[in-house]
Amino acid sequence: MTTDKIITIIEKISAKIQEEKLFLTELDNVIGDGDHGINLARGFSEVEKKLSTMGDKNPGEVLKTVGMTLVSTVGGASGPLYGTGFMKMGMELKDTADVTVEDFVRVFQVAIEGISLRGKSTTGEKTMLDSMVPAKNAMEEALAAGKSPKEAVACGVAAAKEGIEYTKTIAATKGRASYLGDRSIGHQDPGATSFTMMLEILEGEL
Amino acid sequence: MKKFINAVDQVENEMIQGMVKAFPQYVKKLDCGNVVVRTQKKEGKVALISGGGSGHEPAHGGYVGRGMLDAAVAGAVFTSPTPDQVYEGIKAIATDAGVLMVIKNYTGDVMNFEMAGEMAEAEGIKVAQVVVNDDVAVQDSTWTVGRRGVAGTVFVHKIAGALAETGAGLEDVQAMAQRVINNVRTMGAAISPCTIPAAGKPGFEIADDEMEVGIGIHGEPGTYKEKMMSADAITDIILDKILGDLDYTGSEVAVMVNSSGATPQMELFIINNHVADVLATKGIKVYKTFVGEYMTSIEMEGMSISLLKLDDDMKKLLDAQADTPAFKQL
Repeated sequence: MTTDKIITIIEKISAKIQEEKLFLTELDNVIGDGDHGINLARGFSEVEKKLSTMGDKNPGEVLKTVGMTLVSTVGGASGPLYGTGFMKMGMELKDTADVTVEDFVRVFQVAIEGISLRGKSTTGEKTMLDSMVPAKNAMEEALAAGKSPKEAVACGVAAAKEGIEYTKTIAATKGRASYLGDRSIGHQDPGATSFTMMLEILEGEL
Repeated sequence: MKKFINAVDQVENEMIQGMVKAFPQYVKKLDCGNVVVRTQKKEGKVALISGGGSGHEPAHGGYVGRGMLDAAVAGAVFTSPTPDQVYEGIKAIATDAGVLMVIKNYTGDVMNFEMAGEMAEAEGIKVAQVVVNDDVAVQDSTWTVGRRGVAGTVFVHKIAGALAETGAGLEDVQAMAQRVINNVRTMGAAISPCTIPAAGKPGFEIADDEMEVGIGIHGEPGTYKEKMMSADAITDIILDKILGDLDYTGSEVAVMVNSSGATPQMELFIINNHVADVLATKGIKVYKTFVGEYMTSIEMEGMSISLLKLDDDMKKLLDAQADTPAFKQL
């Protein structure tokens, strides 16, 4: 994946987030404060404006800019979390000009560590990490088993979706949903959902 | 959705502009975003910054002024402000004595303020922080993000702000803010939800004969639903929870009966009538009472009760002069 491809993927992620803005917000309404889709959509609109000027930058710089833009425009919890994730991936890619799925999985691991640290969170707390971590593991295993990059990401998407289902079964212990205690059980986590949408876009572009 | 607004994406900006136009003698807006700072910058003393999502007016912009805050950062409605907004606020008010960030305990607020604090420290600004977590409706344990910061935050602004005005150092102001946090407890209930302008519909549904007990300040549901009850009955439930959480025996307290936005003073006074009676029977002396809109949730019908256990230092600072758009004690 070269810079052009990365920009296309981010644009499609943005389009998807705009399209699902109300659905994500509705999920957040039930267990949070009802702004997840609205905030992410606002951030990705700003990201899109920046992308048009990024054609001559390397993929790492593009992702860093995406992250910084999300941090400075989204607010809430998802801004620092997704922002940190994209920034970490960008920094970790350094000057790689053509990003393979192997590279992606490697830097995604660093993104997960950054998100975990920023949110002081781990899996099992009904957060985006419950989709991210299984997705990363599934992609690693698939690649190690010799599957193609597209198949590997498809395995990641399947694991991320299972992660969403898993978030329905547990009570939140992080984020605003944690205030509901057991009342949060039965509802899927909006962050795990938005992440899964993003990974699906990547799969579709391979 | 019916609201007196022009465009959902202009709500925060137009509100701040209107506020600055109403109170130019107190506050001005920074060009970079929805950050208000004192018109007269404080010099040589610890400066205080707070903020959070919009929708809690008069918190926090209404508390910017002499004796309380130096800056308030307003995020989108119910959404934490971004780190660069907070950073701009810190830079605008920073003095050699340092800056204290008063953060309400929400995942997003804590993350965004901490990132801003790190940016400011990298620029050589002395920064300290306290995290307010006064809501006893939420279970506090190592397994949760802990209690929410709600109306008790206003006491932190008042008392820490008063101490900063005396020229006390950053560590002392931080310690006093923490002392207030350690001694204040709040809990609320709501009978109708509020609507985030950008969402266009209410954050939760509630039947005509129900109330949300343990309500938060972001239109999020409470910790449980109850059948609608009398003012005295819900006041008893809230006071039981607060008094069971901290030993107020024989102490003097400041009381705050706060409206979530749509509950009128009539009902707040009815609630306070019972609060005062219950405290009297328990031998808890009311030193000062605040009744009104201090920490709202847009147009939610609801209220919260806060009790701050006072000592002599806190009493003096609570009584100190404050002159801000929303809090005057002259």
